[in-house]
Amino acid sequence: MAFDIGLALLVLGVGAWTVAARDTFAAVVGFVAYGLLLALVWVRLAAPDVALTEAALGSGLTGGLLVGASTRLRRSETRAVDERQPASLRLAAAVLCTLVSAGVAAIVLLLPEPAPTLAPQAMVNMAATGLGNPVTAVLMAYRAIDTLLETVVLLLALVGIWSLAPDRVWGGVPGPRHQAEPDGRLTFIAQLLVPVGILVGIHIFWIGSVAPGGEFQGATILAAMWILAMMAGLVDAPAVSRRWLRLMLVAGPAVFLTIGLTGFAVAGSFLAYPEPHAQLLILMIKIPVTLSIAATLALLVAGPPERA
Amino acid sequence: MRAMTEATLYGLCSAALVGVGLFGLIMHPQPLRKILAFNLIGGGVFLLFGAVARRGAAAGLGGDPVPQALVITGLVVAFAATALAVALLLRLFQETGRATLGSDG
Repeated sequence: MAFDIGLALLVLGVGAWTVAARDTFAAVVGFVAYGLLLALVWVRLAAPDVALTEAALGSGLTGGLLVGASTRLRRSETRAVDERQPASLRLAAAVLCTLVSAGVAAIVLLLPEPAPTLAPQAMVNMAATGLGNPVTAVLMAYRAIDTLLETVVLLLALVGIWSLAPDRVWGGVPGPRHQAEPDGRLTFIAQLLVPVGILVGIHIFWIGSVAPGGEFQGATILAAMWILAMMAGLVDAPAVSRRWLRLMLVAGPAVFLTIGLTGFAVAGSFLAYPEPHAQLLILMIKIPVTLSIAATLALLVAGPPERA
Repeated sequence: MRAMTEATLYGLCSAALVGVGLFGLIMHPQPLRKILAFNLIGGGVFLLFGAVARRGAAAGLGGDPVPQALVITGLVVAFAATALAVALLLRLFQETGRATLGSDG
């Protein structure tokens, strides 16, 4: 318990630092630490699947995105720092936020006892899905429609980002061109880490059926490896109008939707899997979905096209 | 007063995080800091789900898998929203040379 109290205080302290820090870059670094500490909290809360997602996505990819943005926005920093708010407004905001926190805390303290749970139902029906990880069973079977909609949300966000491209580079290549330095440190790290990272990503994806891991965690690691290879200049980002790229992006949601619709014919409802084939169908969905999510995540970080 | 469990402890921690993040969201004039603060609130809300999931430990599981799966979905969607917000902000900076939401613009 002492460890938990210390960890909770540390998370709070680092969280407060990301708000209080004067320098945006420092705040972003604080946010990455905040994400990693949260991943530890998730382990303490017996949620290793969430811990993996938090570390890879909440801390890693989000951190990379924000570091890139804060570097590009450096020039606008100096002017913004002087805009301090009046003390009365600060006080009002502090009172409001304290009230909101107190409200949430009251909810935490007044949660019903015994706690409602769906864990027994999740375990009882898991045999029918052929999966051994209850969280994956929720994501791929019980609440598959959430996962389907989520893959669509990712695509919509990417369409939103691409549509920010100026006319002259419409459908072009995202991000600046990174030149590979044959003897550079980044090139060396990328050459060393990318092959290993790809294997780790595939492993995390595959093991997710029976142990902590899964599509999103694996896809995030694969996306990070692609981003690393692009940043080191080992590969260039593809033009966003490329047909193979677009096919890769929509393959996951398309297969998911097709199998979901087939559920009407063979099992009586949308996204219902006929029982003896559930495991195979889930696998058929997972592989293209993981590829599509990995590509989408990497391109979300890469941003809108900047070169023709 | 019931005994303090780790679920309650981290639940209270999540409540405080929501407050801290909300303060940053209101007070910071720079949009990038607002995006950061919004993600801080998000972390707090997800943690609240984690506390609720932990309380639902049953059937040999350390927590209720349904809220845990919801958080995984939530983390992915939060990332997509953050990426879109950052892209909008960089485009604003590119167009106007400013990256603030001051009233004089």
